Amino acid sequence: MKRKKINIAVTGLNAIDSPGPGIPVIRALRESKEYDVRIIGLSYETLEPGIYMHDLVDKTYQIPFPSSGTKSLLTRLGYIHSVEKIDIIIPNFDAELFNFIKLEKTLRDDFGIKMFLPTEDQFESRQKANLEEFGKKHKVKVPHSRMIFSVNEIPSLRNEFSYPLVVKGKFYDASVAYTPEQVATHFNKISAKWGLPIIIQQFVYGSEVNVTAIGDGKGNTIGAVPMRKQYITDKGKAWAGISLDDKKLIDTTKKIIKSTKWRGGMELEMIKTVDGEYYLLEINPRFPAWVYLAVGCGQNHPEALIKLALNGKAVKPYKKYDVGKMFIRYSYDLIVGLNEFEKISTLGEL
Amino acid sequence: MNIKKNIALSDTGFVFNPSSGDSFSTNPIGMEIIKMLKEGKSNEDIKSHVLKTYMTDEVSFEKDLYDFMNMLTKMNLMDVDQKDETKKN
Repeated sequence: MKRKKINIAVTGLNAIDSPGPGIPVIRALRESKEYDVRIIGLSYETLEPGIYMHDLVDKTYQIPFPSSGTKSLLTRLGYIHSVEKIDIIIPNFDAELFNFIKLEKTLRDDFGIKMFLPTEDQFESRQKANLEEFGKKHKVKVPHSRMIFSVNEIPSLRNEFSYPLVVKGKFYDASVAYTPEQVATHFNKISAKWGLPIIIQQFVYGSEVNVTAIGDGKGNTIGAVPMRKQYITDKGKAWAGISLDDKKLIDTTKKIIKSTKWRGGMELEMIKTVDGEYYLLEINPRFPAWVYLAVGCGQNHPEALIKLALNGKAVKPYKKYDVGKMFIRYSYDLIVGLNEFEKISTLGEL
Repeated sequence: MNIKKNIALSDTGFVFNPSSGDSFSTNPIGMEIIKMLKEGKSNEDIKSHVLKTYMTDEVSFEKDLYDFMNMLTKMNLMDVDQKDETKKN
């Protein structure tokens, strides 16, 4: 079958110890049976390894940090589009998604660039601070949580929570605290990096299971693959994992996608207790960094996202996946000429 | 108690629980017992097979089998909710 040529811009090229999903998404797209992709990397920092992975990324452009706002992002994307004729953008960071969601219509109408993102309501409703309400609305168990804005609020946590509890950043980072003093330490560390509020969540004992999934925006689950982390880094990231046969977890995923009419890729982070109960810890509004495991299991979620973005028509849902497939990450040293580093640092493109 | 239906067992004694992602290794006799459990054999069937095939006495084997089954339960490989059909035999 002749594959359709398509230009896709992808963010999240930071294939580091706390990896962004960009590189696995690109690997998935490179294995597409329907699309012959040219990959335009969009980077924030000059040392994102994906910039230098020329077998995966054809050309990279730096884009402004999310804190710069939508206007400067739009200007930069306009320039990149004038050179590269982008068909689709796949943003892969939580922190940048808000800007891309805001720009979705403009990019489509003015440049013909398509995306397939959650709506602003979907994005906001699953924010960590709103998750408890989300659980009530969609009938999913969520550990009790509360936002705090100051260390002065820590002593009062005893009235609502029992220790240990989890201290979470607005976008990233989470640490377990066994005493109020540990809460204060984590509060200062996380808020210095990600700002306020800090979310306090009741710790739930059990094993962490995650699902990578994609919804068509009409309530249908196009694909879902559950995984258990087998090897976890000190940052809590999966360094190895295995696909599971867990009907209850798949049913919960389908229920959430149906109930929210989720649009685009997502990752559900859940805890399975010893009693077999599932608690929703987080919904990430984009593919996880382990999404390539889904491809290994027979479900190419990034390819499905392209179909949804391009056609807007019904995409056939995946019915099955391989159970017991594992992924194991590894580190690898790229040797890079200083001229390449110089180019991306000074010209903002490579 | 029955062994979970979806438990996978390889020829080398590698046991995989697809619901939890846990995997274990067992020796040849453990493998043989798990295989019989998967076939729905009762404890009595297993005992009579082992006593016929290997040089062991009934009391020792009963104790070992009890320990082994406990271990399988702890490893979450047994279906505790399911009706205990092996006891019927």
